[in-house]
Amino acid sequence: MKWFISHDTIKSPFLKALENDSGEIMSHCYQCGKCSAGCPIAFQMDYLPNQIIRMVQLGLEKQVLSSRTIWLCASCLACTVRCPRKIDIAEIMDYLRRRAYRKGIAPQGEIGIPLFNKIFLKNIELFGRLFEMGLIGMFNLLSGEFFKDMSLAPKMFLKQKIGIFPNRVKNIKEVREIFNKSGKFGRTRRGKLLYPKLIFLNLLRKLIEKIEKPR
Amino acid sequence: MKYAYYPGCSLHSTAKEYDMSTREVANALGIELLEIPDWICCGATPAHITMHLLSLALPVKNLLKARSMNSYEVATCCAACFNRLKIANEFMEKNIEHRGKVNKIVGQEYKGEVKVRHFLDILVNVFGLKNLSERVVDKLSGLKAACYYGCLLTRPPEITQLDDLEEPHLMDDLMKTIGVEPVYWPYKTECCGASFSLTRTDIVLKLSADILQMAYDEGAQVIVVACPLCQSNLDLRQAAINRKYKKDFQIPILYFTQLVGLSLGIDAKKLGLNKHIVNPMKLLDKIAK
Repeated sequence: MKWFISHDTIKSPFLKALENDSGEIMSHCYQCGKCSAGCPIAFQMDYLPNQIIRMVQLGLEKQVLSSRTIWLCASCLACTVRCPRKIDIAEIMDYLRRRAYRKGIAPQGEIGIPLFNKIFLKNIELFGRLFEMGLIGMFNLLSGEFFKDMSLAPKMFLKQKIGIFPNRVKNIKEVREIFNKSGKFGRTRRGKLLYPKLIFLNLLRKLIEKIEKPR
Repeated sequence: MKYAYYPGCSLHSTAKEYDMSTREVANALGIELLEIPDWICCGATPAHITMHLLSLALPVKNLLKARSMNSYEVATCCAACFNRLKIANEFMEKNIEHRGKVNKIVGQEYKGEVKVRHFLDILVNVFGLKNLSERVVDKLSGLKAACYYGCLLTRPPEITQLDDLEEPHLMDDLMKTIGVEPVYWPYKTECCGASFSLTRTDIVLKLSADILQMAYDEGAQVIVVACPLCQSNLDLRQAAINRKYKKDFQIPILYFTQLVGLSLGIDAKKLGLNKHIVNPMKLLDKIAK
């Protein structure tokens, strides 16, 4: 892919903000590619981890934040521990995801992962502990894969590995306060699950796919 | 030995058998585990992806609850919880700016004084393998196991301070002590796809299939794990892997606590060995004979 990189792009505040907030110095990377070589999910990414780092160095904010790579990172930390320049690549991926959330950017066709994280946290905010049934139900509903993993449910019930009712903590107010205050101090917008427009478009796309498939 | 016990969400649902077997083993060895009252979720991966401060405040809240129990050591079993608690502790100890913010969020002063230990670490390094070997009733000899550590148990090494980064051996040592033969295999710390289990199941199937294949090729009869997410990906999704990649894997995925429990003569049902999707009982009965 070819990009025109202007002087403004290279001098954009993006790189500086990233270095400030994550504490990593991006110019340390000399593009050896070790992060990409060890990445278990590289085979699914649109840009390899080292390419993302290069794009960050060049200040290509828009391209980086709308890439699928940042969401496909599983935070397994293989890159971080192997980097010969001691750059915490997983932390940079985290920073990029947080920035993408703040700016309301999500890659087309990869909306499931950003959605999942938000639903997971909403779940914790409501119950204090993870309520798997709620998480799976809500995720399936909003991602448009209504019957995903349904065949596994009976087995899980029989083995008593998943509960129908949430296991709520006693002092739920305390948990909500932590969420509220973290949002305030971290200057993050909370409340909204994700951008309703994106969820709706995604559902529509899934629906069209389902209709077109039998033909 | 007395510990504040932080089970975490998985151990109360999808990994119930991990909780059961941990309690049984601790009980049998005289390690006291007191569950932290009204503990909350540590936030796991979604928290540090979305809000950095939240990912520190949630674990710190739990550590504060442990501190108020007058217990300065927390024992945990879940690799993700262990990792998050440790990272939060490190931040609270060394990063003054973050400490101030997090203290304001949780409304209490905390400087990282509570220690966090994984139950594997407690068994091997605190209780000691020599002491354990004296307690073993039936050695599980003849069983070949691949010890699978996963990502978060050993990484990042300067924070978890548990084991070797690329070639961990704590679980292998433990298995040798109870008579199990650990196989040599290169996938000890590979990633299983973790929380993509729901969002990108295709990735999890591919990564987990590779892990199962490698364990099978090296002659392992079971895979021993220390993380509830690894277990559920390898066990629950094994049928789907067989279907997708036309394989015939029947590899039970067991927690290290379950095998230790068996060697201590604890009843299989009490260890939750009937709760696995891939039934391990046939294999274990054969070994017992």
